[in-house]
Amino acid sequence: MAKQTINVPDVGEGVAEVEIVSWTVGVGDSVTRLSTVAEVMTDKATVEVPAPMDGIITELGGAVGDVLTVGSPLFVMRGQGDVDDDGETGIDGASGVEAEPVISPPPPDGITLRPHSTGETPSTESPRPAPASITSAPATQPPPPPTPPRRRQEGERPLATPAVRARARELGADLRQISGTGPAGRITHDDLDRFVQSPPSTMPAAVGGTPMAARTPNASIEEKPVVGLRRRIAERMVAATTTIPHITYVDEVDITALEDLRHQLNRESRDQPRAHDRPHLTVLPFLVRALTNVIPDFPHLNAHMIEADRGGEREVAGAGTDTLRIVGGVHVGIATQTDNGLIVPVLRHAEAHTVWSAAAAIAELSEATRTGRAKPQDLTGSTISITSLGPLGGIVTTPVINKPEVAIVGVNKIVIRPVWIDGEFVPRKMMNLSSSFDHRVVDGWDAANFVQAIRTQLEQPALLFIDRYEPDADAPSPVLGQEDDRG
Amino acid sequence: MADPIGTAGSGENVTGEAEPGGRKECDVLIIGGGPGGYVCGIRAGQLGLRVIVVDGQPLGGTCLNVGCIPSKAVIHAAGEYEMVKAMASTPLMGISVDNPSVDLAATRAWKDSIVARLNHGVGALLNRVGAEVLVGWATLIDGKTARVHLIDPGGGEAGSAESGGGEAGSAESGGGPDTVTVSAEHVVIATGSVPVELPNLPFGGDVLSSTEALDLDEVPERLAVVGGGYIGMELGLAMAKFGSQVTVVEALDRVLATYDKRLTTPVTRTLPSLGGTVLTKTKALAMTSDGLLVEGPDGQQTVPADKVLVTVGRRPQTAGWGLENVALTMDGPFLAVDNRCRTSMRDVWAVGDVTGEPMLAHRAMKQGEVVAEAIAGMPSAFDAVAIPAIVFTDPEIVTVGLAPDEAARQAEALGTRVVEGRFSLAANGRTMTIEPTEPPDHKPGSAVDAGFVRVVARADNHLVLGIQAVGSDVAELSAAFGLAIETGARLEDIAGTIHAHPTIGEGLAEASMAALGHAIHG
Repeated sequence: MAKQTINVPDVGEGVAEVEIVSWTVGVGDSVTRLSTVAEVMTDKATVEVPAPMDGIITELGGAVGDVLTVGSPLFVMRGQGDVDDDGETGIDGASGVEAEPVISPPPPDGITLRPHSTGETPSTESPRPAPASITSAPATQPPPPPTPPRRRQEGERPLATPAVRARARELGADLRQISGTGPAGRITHDDLDRFVQSPPSTMPAAVGGTPMAARTPNASIEEKPVVGLRRRIAERMVAATTTIPHITYVDEVDITALEDLRHQLNRESRDQPRAHDRPHLTVLPFLVRALTNVIPDFPHLNAHMIEADRGGEREVAGAGTDTLRIVGGVHVGIATQTDNGLIVPVLRHAEAHTVWSAAAAIAELSEATRTGRAKPQDLTGSTISITSLGPLGGIVTTPVINKPEVAIVGVNKIVIRPVWIDGEFVPRKMMNLSSSFDHRVVDGWDAANFVQAIRTQLEQPALLFIDRYEPDADAPSPVLGQEDDRG
Repeated sequence: MADPIGTAGSGENVTGEAEPGGRKECDVLIIGGGPGGYVCGIRAGQLGLRVIVVDGQPLGGTCLNVGCIPSKAVIHAAGEYEMVKAMASTPLMGISVDNPSVDLAATRAWKDSIVARLNHGVGALLNRVGAEVLVGWATLIDGKTARVHLIDPGGGEAGSAESGGGEAGSAESGGGPDTVTVSAEHVVIATGSVPVELPNLPFGGDVLSSTEALDLDEVPERLAVVGGGYIGMELGLAMAKFGSQVTVVEALDRVLATYDKRLTTPVTRTLPSLGGTVLTKTKALAMTSDGLLVEGPDGQQTVPADKVLVTVGRRPQTAGWGLENVALTMDGPFLAVDNRCRTSMRDVWAVGDVTGEPMLAHRAMKQGEVVAEAIAGMPSAFDAVAIPAIVFTDPEIVTVGLAPDEAARQAEALGTRVVEGRFSLAANGRTMTIEPTEPPDHKPGSAVDAGFVRVVARADNHLVLGIQAVGSDVAELSAAFGLAIETGARLEDIAGTIHAHPTIGEGLAEASMAALGHAIHG
């Protein structure tokens, strides 16, 4: 029998080991060529490992959460046709009509699983009553699926053993609402478990029952291993919050003018044919612009805090001395929610982007991240981060610094509030910024001034586009030239 | 009603914390120490509740003192006596006997010793969980308070020599306060039931209730039994076996009318074989000097009788404990309760015969358990599918679940029908080994006389709805019958279970196979 061992693939980037994130199949499952068998995760990316051929999975190389080295066996499978080579294929072609020759249980290692021999097929004359169909009878048949729950008639008492009845009372579950899969429609403990874990979404109005029946306590407990991306997030959050003394500073920003500008630009994009290919503008590219404008005045906020090796840290500086690595380029990490959890793709060299190019790049990055297509370089090397929950933004957040960075700017939701201006209340669009800083290297004073600077930029959007005054620069800067090229 | 014995058990459980002047507090006050009350007390004690059980009679109630237990003792003794009498006339199983005789007073003493042992046992069980027993009669003042008139267990008529009961009860003996007021968070009414008295045949003298019939010192030469229900038939047959000439007077057209005819036929043949008579469609009118005047289809006649046993049923004990002070909602003559045994008043509960039919000890016991757990905050409920019932006649009758006609009715309502399987115990090896003679009119294949086991199931899914049996020693099969029905067994479950050979219980598997169409021995 031809068995094939599929090893952990080399996913590149010099990755030496991967973590098993999920198995989409189990031992004994049949798979088709190129269908996904496993998902493994490297430092930054998740890779799906497909089956190289049609066949049956016979062995799995580890459990979810296990870390395997590249090149070690990931799973073992054998081809679909191999079994038949030992059997009767081709003699009468009968095996071809047999539905699903093997499904489960899996054969013990090294033993050929034979499909039911033709001698046992019901087509031969037999004194016994004929089995219902050709698919019945063989000993290798998997146990039949649970029979569909029999519907009780109205007024028919639910059938359950005293133990099930007692448990149902403890759980507050109304047996009348539970379908029984046991013999004669008996409600089993499993039926009760299933019901308690996921009661029917539409509870029928209790027929002659107590009105309480519609709400039942849920006693279910599910334990999920914290693996893969979630484990990585957990580790990073612990590392960030246990080593970094956070200081969080919140201020409100009147972004009425910015919103007017933004809407104006988006309207143009929509209405004017020549502007159709412009990216949609969110607040984010303006905030990125504000960051890049003010960071030259606060260079030490666009930095990495490299801790001395006190055990466990990967980046090591001098013996026992921490290092603040101040970076010229502004690589903005943008915290993005995906189905699996939080990922921070990076807008590299934001200082070299226009609002338009930043908007396009951010949209592209987010999309790539959400769909799992982000490349490792898209996910590393940020120097300062922005986190935004969009419309969910809340009033205040306490962002956790994306280590080893030293600052993160949180965007809260935009709300219209009455603001006292010139002797009267006027409706203004207000947005809070909740920003955290590494208090080891950023003083509160600096933090406050940094946020005020951003605020000033956002409240008077023209400032976003005013050139920085450089006393000794007569000639246009290369950066400006670059921007012109792109614009 | 006579108090048969003063017992050690009840006295020992009085913990003696009654303040002079008499106030007590507890979590659960249980009025009545019968099967419902004492089980409730034990369970509540297990659950850490402070319990007081009040009963003016020895613990165990009707069941233990004047019902199930003593009657089964007397019935068993009668059966043994009848057997040796039969051996005296014709050797049976190769055994012959000369001049057997019975001393009913000694039989009674033996029976009383069993009762005393059980009284004591119940008391010990309550004692072990810290429940307090007050010997006396309780009257509810309101839903949380009762006044208990204590009976001095150390003196008076009940303080018989056999009891030794004064030892722990001495706190109350010797002129202590004779009333105690008990305040309770919860009150459980477990007052039970009493025999129904006929106005024209009041109890007393030669007119006996079942209680007195169990305490006879001599076998009455001629006994008339008014009421052919299970109590009348059980005791009537026992007395007939002791040698009494028994006439059963039944107003309906057959005895044991609550059971289907097929099931009762073997029983109806026993009394005539013992020289007794059954008069159906006949009413008892009055006691005369010659016996019992009755009126039947053929007019009036006098049934010769020295004693008349009236067993026309039992009624709930709803008087004498202050029902009028709590005004609970009634359900006919019974206290109305829900499936957790709650009455219409908050924190007042009721269990047992006072709450309805069937008036059976095991129903009361389960209710008592449910109430204790409910009071302790557990989600218990009385939700039994079936309550087994047994008639300890000769032969015995067991029924669990639905009778065939009721099962058919219910199945039809659900759009299906029933299948029935019967196995004649005449074909059962074990039955043959305990029956000394072949049934007199046994014909091969006859299902009737040695009795049978019958299983009734739904035709569509084979769910067992009812199991009945009649035959020698079939009472113990009730455990298997009950388990099958309570756990929702199908015919295939029973047929697929290996039943030990040789036992009468094989009949259950055979009957199930018969219902499935493939009995092995049937």
